[in-house]
Amino acid sequence: MSFTQFVFFVFAAVAVLSAAAVITLRNPVHAVLSLVLTFFSTAALWLLAEAEFLGITLVLVYVGAVMVLFLFVVMMLDINIARMREGFARYLPFGLVVALIMGAELVLYVLSRAPDVAPPAPAAAGYSNTQALGEALYTQYLYPFEIAAAILLVSIIAAIALTLRRRPDTKYLNPAEQIRVRRAERVRLVKMKSES
Amino acid sequence: MQSTLWNDLAAALPELWMLGAVCFVLVFDLFVPAARRDLTYWLVQATLAGALVFTVAGHDGGRTLAFGGHYVVDEMAVLLKSAIYLVAGAVFLYSRPYLKDRGLFRGEYFVLGLFGVLGMMIMVSAHSFVSLYLGLELLALSQYAMVAFFRDSLPASEAAMKYFVLGALASGMLLYGMSVLYGTVGSLDIATVANALSQEEGRSAFALFGLVFVVVGIAFKFGAVPFHMWVPDVYDGAPTSVTLYIGSAPKIAAFAMLMRLLSESLGPLTGDWGQLLAVLLVLSMAVGNIIAIAQRRIKRMLAYSTISHVGFLFFGVMAGTQEGYAAAMFYAIVYAAMAAGAFGMLLLMSRQGYEPEHIDDFKGLNERHPWLAFLMLLLMFSMAGIPPTVGFYAKLAVIQAAVNVGEVWIAVYAVVLSVIGAFYYLRVVKYMYFDKPEESHPVQPGMDAQVIMGINGLAMLALGVFPGGLMALCLRAVGY
Repeated sequence: MSFTQFVFFVFAAVAVLSAAAVITLRNPVHAVLSLVLTFFSTAALWLLAEAEFLGITLVLVYVGAVMVLFLFVVMMLDINIARMREGFARYLPFGLVVALIMGAELVLYVLSRAPDVAPPAPAAAGYSNTQALGEALYTQYLYPFEIAAAILLVSIIAAIALTLRRRPDTKYLNPAEQIRVRRAERVRLVKMKSES
Repeated sequence: MQSTLWNDLAAALPELWMLGAVCFVLVFDLFVPAARRDLTYWLVQATLAGALVFTVAGHDGGRTLAFGGHYVVDEMAVLLKSAIYLVAGAVFLYSRPYLKDRGLFRGEYFVLGLFGVLGMMIMVSAHSFVSLYLGLELLALSQYAMVAFFRDSLPASEAAMKYFVLGALASGMLLYGMSVLYGTVGSLDIATVANALSQEEGRSAFALFGLVFVVVGIAFKFGAVPFHMWVPDVYDGAPTSVTLYIGSAPKIAAFAMLMRLLSESLGPLTGDWGQLLAVLLVLSMAVGNIIAIAQRRIKRMLAYSTISHVGFLFFGVMAGTQEGYAAAMFYAIVYAAMAAGAFGMLLLMSRQGYEPEHIDDFKGLNERHPWLAFLMLLLMFSMAGIPPTVGFYAKLAVIQAAVNVGEVWIAVYAVVLSVIGAFYYLRVVKYMYFDKPEESHPVQPGMDAQVIMGINGLAMLALGVFPGGLMALCLRAVGY
């Protein structure tokens, strides 16, 4: 086993174990942190495959931005963990058995039948990963790239359509109306006889 | 370079039109007062009509690849896209009063619906795994949002959650299978994959490994047993107008996905995926038809009926011949029209604060509205496969194609289960014609809905008597 293979297996094992931890840990904050570790290990795997740009983007975008936001949300929500874990123990043995059988079958199949896949040839010096990616994205993969843009648009529309609504029970201020208020709307002068 | 880009754009004109028109509708709707929201609706119908014109008129009868092989226009794409536009137009038409009565008549609903249609178009015209997957995601995301659209309804939110989680799982399976195939073949292009697999050394163990995951992903999206758990819950929980949407036109797109993946790219492995489909279809027909008998809720009953129809559709594809593909395509188109009619009927019978939920609500429909009862009779006969409706012919064509390749036993099994399935369709007919109505409120659907439903229902009869035209189109689409 070469050193690269060794590093690959270490990062792959960390990625799988931390992914398992995401769904088994009791504390949601810990789960999110495990997810960060998963992404980080995956980024390392990409670096090993000489996809530097993707690896760095994964760390910057997912670990740096998305997961931090996620962490904020998880910390702010009051999640009832006990209720969410209802039925987990009940289904665990069955699920575990199914997963083990399927995993064993896959491993045996791959070990027995699959040919060795050669690692990619190292790129020449001066090869720019980012440039190659950009060229592929805007020429050969222009059409899928545009569809991806449409998918993002749909998710924006869906998120707004599902969350934006007038709720009569929330109290909110309309600054424009506040500024335009006139004296007559707020103060009522009442003539009273003095009682003395 | 310049001219190729122009050629590519010209080939994909229907998609460009759709994307541009949806964006226009999205912005236009912001400036339309709520009282005149019908304008948005008519714009949506005009968009679909325009797409139909561009698709049919822009096709020169040949096969054009565009965007470096990610996009293809062929006979199949034109036929299936046209069917999708027609079904989607009917779906929006049936939904309009229902949405108005429930305060869901908003521009975003139609925008999401049209984006779903765009996703279907991309799936139908996909010629690489990437564009196929992205089209599927575009469709799926629109559907998740539409199911969740009725925010005050708890069942709808639950259905959306289930749909989302299981849909993501299915996408993951499909994507994993595709990536394994990419790993073995080194290309995402459908024709290149087919070429590589047709050589002996290309048929490695890894290719079969990827194939299994691709088939699982497809089965999940179709709702074939044992990946059917989400279908009844989502169909029952979603607002009926959304059930109508997800139960009709996307089946045609899913069929296109099946054809592009299994027949066009994995065609050399027919013997391998044929066995997988055989297991899926045998289970689907049994579970769908038998469990549907026990359902009292009409939407659940129709959901299980969908599962059994998926079994039939797989049966045609399993034959692996062009005759079988054409029969399955015929079945998919006809099924989409039947589902649009059956779920649309639920919308036509609804009014403010009421919608038919149980099959008992169909009791005595003949006395309340004989015309709708007659159309429902045609639709139910067609679903059950009773001559002279088109459902009979569709089942016959599939079985014929399968018998021709020697699948006699599964064919016998399919016929037996169709007879079992006929029970629950005919029960609805019996309720409509021989039972007393429990509800006295008159059924008053709009004139436009009555006319289109009339065409929809009578088409079942007309296509059943003269199936030749559509069948010829289907045969030509698979290159027969």
